Amino acid sequence: MTTDRIDGYARALFEVARAEGSLDEVEDELFRFARSLEGSEGLRNALTDEMIPAAKRQAIVEDLLGGKATATSTQLISLVVGSGRGRDLPAIIDRLVARASSAKQLEVAEVRAAVALTADQQTRLAAALANATGKQVNLKVVVDPSIVGGIVATVGDTVIDGSVRTRLDQLKARL
Amino acid sequence: MNVLAAALRAAEEEEHHYFTDDKGIITHSWIWPETYELIYGGVASLIIFAALAKFALPVMKKSMAARTARIQGELDGAANAKQAATVEAERIRAAKGDIAGERSRLLGDAEDQARTMLTEGRARLTADIADLEAKAAADVAQLGGRANDELRAEIAQRASAAADTLVVDGLDAATHQDLIEAFIAKVGAGR
Repeated sequence: MTTDRIDGYARALFEVARAEGSLDEVEDELFRFARSLEGSEGLRNALTDEMIPAAKRQAIVEDLLGGKATATSTQLISLVVGSGRGRDLPAIIDRLVARASSAKQLEVAEVRAAVALTADQQTRLAAALANATGKQVNLKVVVDPSIVGGIVATVGDTVIDGSVRTRLDQLKARL
Repeated sequence: MNVLAAALRAAEEEEHHYFTDDKGIITHSWIWPETYELIYGGVASLIIFAALAKFALPVMKKSMAARTARIQGELDGAANAKQAATVEAERIRAAKGDIAGERSRLLGDAEDQARTMLTEGRARLTADIADLEAKAAADVAQLGGRANDELRAEIAQRASAAADTLVVDGLDAATHQDLIEAFIAKVGAGR
């Protein structure tokens, strides 16, 4: 998919979410769904398989998100998957999040943690990242058990890695 | 009786200087024939000798000359053969000398070649042995290094697995929270 088309879809989704008045929530849900899609090969295959009818793929999305996400998020994802752009969904969503953050004069901070962060921890982490990078951040937290413990934060091109996984890898490398 | 009669007759002949032959014929000498027999015999002998000289002698001379020539030829042939044999003998002696010299030369060449081959073979063998020893030493070192590397890798792999297990098993909820708080504190103090 071309960058222009990805931008076009991201812009459309952004406008719909903003028009619905739930941009922050939708943005957050879409971001988590995109990370889940990247981490699950089965889900990715199911939503990108051209041999599966579009209606069936959309039904999968609705079954998966029904009751767990806002109707807007579910419909937007269903729209993209139904149009045969499921493979580009993570890129579209990332562009949407970037656009939303830019609109709020914020920088996207993708935070991966082995366990879920409390609201207080997210607030303090956002402040800490803002202090460290000098930018106001739009925190996007992803629970990723593969990092074993700790946190990996990515703000723009800056990666702050405090994960146990990386320390274990460094230990292995030294061994 | 006969012997006595013969002895008496011989004594009588000696006494009277006449002789009788075995047929009882009386002669004047017990050895010489009669004179006319001598004359006839002499003339006949001369005639015979003359005839022999006229007819037989040339033939005999011719025959003797031919025989002499034949013998001379044989002698010449024998001399030539002897000469040829001498020459051949000389040639054979020379050839024998050449053969001996050639034999000595060949033996010398063979000995030189054998000495050269032996020297080269020893040198090559020494070099081969040195190469094999070096290769064996390198192989031993390589195997030792590989064994060390494999052992080190095995230890590292087991240590990594053990570290993974220990760390993952040791991460309870409180530790997770401690890690998160430590990260927030570290990032917050970063600038």
